[in-house]
Amino acid sequence: MVLDIITVFAVLTGAFFFLAGTVGLLRFPDTLSRLHALTKADNLGLGLVVLGLLPQAGGVSAALKLVCVWLLVLLASATVSQLIARAARQLHPRA
Amino acid sequence: MIETLNAGVAVLILALAIFTIATRELFAAAVGFIAYGLLLTLVWAQLHGLDVALIEGAVGGGLTGVLVIGSAARLRGTQVTASAERLGASARAAAAIVAGVVAAVLAACVLALPDPAPTLAPQVAANMTATGVGNPITAVLLAFRAIDTLLEVIVLIFALIAVWSLAPDGVWGGRAGPRYDADPNGILVYFARILPPIGVIVGIYIFWVGADHPGGKFQGSTFLAAMWLLAARAGLTDAPPISRVWVRIAVVAGPVGFVVIGLAGVVTAGAFLAYPAGYAKPLILAIEWALMPSLALTLALLMAGAPQRPGVP
Repeated sequence: MVLDIITVFAVLTGAFFFLAGTVGLLRFPDTLSRLHALTKADNLGLGLVVLGLLPQAGGVSAALKLVCVWLLVLLASATVSQLIARAARQLHPRA
Repeated sequence: MIETLNAGVAVLILALAIFTIATRELFAAAVGFIAYGLLLTLVWAQLHGLDVALIEGAVGGGLTGVLVIGSAARLRGTQVTASAERLGASARAAAAIVAGVVAAVLAACVLALPDPAPTLAPQVAANMTATGVGNPITAVLLAFRAIDTLLEVIVLIFALIAVWSLAPDGVWGGRAGPRYDADPNGILVYFARILPPIGVIVGIYIFWVGADHPGGKFQGSTFLAAMWLLAARAGLTDAPPISRVWVRIAVVAGPVGFVVIGLAGVVTAGAFLAYPAGYAKPLILAIEWALMPSLALTLALLMAGAPQRPGVP
């Protein structure tokens, strides 16, 4: 019961970060701040969703796989946002 | 609750499909298509087709995504001319009518399907013990319908030959694509050093569990090919010249092994691609092991594209 409450709370909070990140992606004025919004959704949102799903994973190995998914997304999104930011700076040096 | 989510995904997929067709910008269409493939992965998972979901995610979203973005980048120069072209009203009307008729016929066919749909699943379940594998998809792909899988991997070789044929005469037999140079201290090189060990393990794991769980050689080899492509884009490795003998041998080795085992079935079990009783599982594993490296190399070379540089400097 307590675990279910943790799941609902963490997944809802994660969903809120995704919503906030999406709003930021649509509303922020330039590439760098849009990236900022996006990475918050990826890192915190997905992290909270994974945290919430851990009690439901039904086993240590499945839980570890979920954590691996989160770590891989962290690595990929950090790299990709760096690459996009660099491309954006080369395209508009003063922005 | 889950129906609401399903309906939401269906609406999103339709919207993305329309966006991908309607947008006039090549890169936006490519990105739309990749997102469309990833959403389809969700649909397959929701339909309990986990094997199809894996292949859709790896090939439909990832590998095809790379090909589509590559094409969009190459076609960038033609964008202005292409956008300026407008079809005449009659041609547009004809296209709309043809598309509408095809959609209507398809819809009618789907609605006319008997309920429950005809299925061979009980036969597969009843005869699966003979193959010794635990994943019914693998049993179908490599025992009951092995000929389809054989033709599939041979089609991939034809596709590779077709891509290679696009090479200009001067660089025939050379290396694919430009030589990528990334900042050796940059984030891309770092990423290309960190990720491949993980990706190779995940790819081999997906290949390995394919006998008993969702997974298999196609999904696994896509992972390996993607890891190679990442290292190549970061400038850590280079595409091999396609005139090398080992490249050509490695591309055909897997399918040839498949055909040899199939022909051996004529002698030992009385039919092409039949397995003698009791030896089904080891033979299926042998085919998978033979196909995996060839598939990984073929997919990697497909993504690398036609030769653009002479192989010998």
